Amino acid sequence: MAVSILYFAWVREAIGTDGETLDVPASLLTVNDLADWLALRHPVFLDKSRLRAAVDQVMAPLSAPIAGATEIAFFPPVTGG
Amino acid sequence: MIVRIGPEDFDTGAELARLEALGGGAVASFTGIVRGGPDFESMTLDHYPAMTQAALEALANEANARWQLAGVTIIHRVGELRKGERIVLVACASDHRAAALDACAFLIDNLKTKAPFWKKERDVGGIEKWVDARESDDEAASRWG
Repeated sequence: MAVSILYFAWVREAIGTDGETLDVPASLLTVNDLADWLALRHPVFLDKSRLRAAVDQVMAPLSAPIAGATEIAFFPPVTGG
Repeated sequence: MIVRIGPEDFDTGAELARLEALGGGAVASFTGIVRGGPDFESMTLDHYPAMTQAALEALANEANARWQLAGVTIIHRVGELRKGERIVLVACASDHRAAALDACAFLIDNLKTKAPFWKKERDVGGIEKWVDARESDDEAASRWG
């Protein structure tokens, strides 16, 4: 299924784009599965300990399911305020 | 409830005056200001526009449910900011001081760990560096359960 994958802050800079639409295999069940799959094309995903994610614009842990999601974002821990 | 995100500066006094006029007995606020050492040049705040507004509104609603506030204002700036400029305002109006103060602390503690903003600092030599998240921020947020 076509999913919009977005990147922010240094994740965006490491990858070189603010996002891409990818055909995500249905065999990928969680954010963690997606991150491992993305590591094949983007080395920044090899160290997931520094990454956070949001599924359809809500913060989500690596264990969160991605079935039916249309927008998944990856970024560093937030530093606002 | 006012939740506003954008590059524009805000008038702290005017924002507090609006909350003071709501009829509660107490208004508490937190203003975040850009700081930096002698080598600091500027800070740029990046965010996730489609998510930020909803994330801050969710926090404001949670604060309102816990403390029954007369009013809440959250304003967060984005883009490039210089030393001494305002970054964020969190202000709460309530009938009593404890609710206003606690709700204000709850909001800024949670904003710092749950709202999708990222700071990048540039020094006078033009070197840019993303600011790392701090464990102490997570601890501050976790005290609210």
